Amino acid sequence: MIIILNGEDKQVDSRTNIEQLLNIIGLSDKKLAVEVNEHIVPRSEFSETTLKDSDKVEIVQAIGGGSD
Amino acid sequence: MSFPRPTDLSRLKSCKIVTQFLIATLIYGSTLMSDTNFDSPLVIAGKSYTSRLLVGTGKYKDNAETRLALEASGAEIITIAIRRTNIGQNPGEPNLLDALPLDKYTLLPNTAGCYNVEDAVRTCKLARELLDGHKLVKLEVLGDEKTLFPDTIETLKAAQILVDDGFDVMVYTNDDPLIAKELENIGCVAVMPLAAPIGSGLGIRNPYNILTIVENANVPILVDAGVGTASDSAIAMELGCDGILMNTAIAAAKHPIMMASAMKKAIEGGREAYLAGRMPRKRFASASSPIEGTFF
Repeated sequence: MIIILNGEDKQVDSRTNIEQLLNIIGLSDKKLAVEVNEHIVPRSEFSETTLKDSDKVEIVQAIGGGSD
Repeated sequence: MSFPRPTDLSRLKSCKIVTQFLIATLIYGSTLMSDTNFDSPLVIAGKSYTSRLLVGTGKYKDNAETRLALEASGAEIITIAIRRTNIGQNPGEPNLLDALPLDKYTLLPNTAGCYNVEDAVRTCKLARELLDGHKLVKLEVLGDEKTLFPDTIETLKAAQILVDDGFDVMVYTNDDPLIAKELENIGCVAVMPLAAPIGSGLGIRNPYNILTIVENANVPILVDAGVGTASDSAIAMELGCDGILMNTAIAAAKHPIMMASAMKKAIEGGREAYLAGRMPRKRFASASSPIEGTFF
């Protein structure tokens, strides 16, 4: 199936969960937050949250930034 | 003829300062002590801070420069941005947060780049999840790309939603005293009017509005955006602001680390001058030496 990961199409096996997805893209040990279809998925629910075809997944992190 | 060596000089000088201080303490007692040594701390959302300089972590040459500039600034609160994680393109790219001693700082996730309520609220919620329930956020909802002025209507709406959701909101706004008061009434923990457009370095463009905002406020007022150099910071503090949040003025200086140190001193100096109370302005001169006893 295809999910939309941070705005780009990504082919993954059907029934992939978020924990597996983070492993696949090498981010499992990073400090980040995950949204699926604009709903935040708590870290404790990564392994039980299974993705569906066309799900929009956003993975964000903190970076340097100001305002001014 | 012999000159005192530098060490003797500094000893003499420090002796003199100590003597003066002791005499002054005897005369003025505890008033002097509390005025100069015990400024009340800056309290934001129930937490006390010694430093009144808050800094952003963007626009630096690299993570090492960011780290050193933050150190030189003495800041205890630093802003961060929430952005998409790099997927694949630059997996090994060093992340700022790995390069900083995070336990030393209070992190202030900000909604920089948001132009509507939904994006701003979503960003804050992601920040809360990312930072394990962290409630302190900086809200800015921009209205226009050229000026980066805040969209105050959207800002008010977003502030209400975030406060209702339990966030401690420090809010970026324009220098309008009525909007500033409204944001305080909504329950924001600090109101942060701009001094001039973000990244412009133009300094305090409307000191009387900033003064009115400060005089009306029951929450900390911090100037956010627009300072360009140390004197701008001193002016803001002399007006009675509780602190200043800046990024570009330090990061875009020729020597950012030195500018961070300059800003720290300017803010401390401006704060002390505010507490000390400046002399009244007079149009004509007033001699400092007595006229009596002149022999000429």
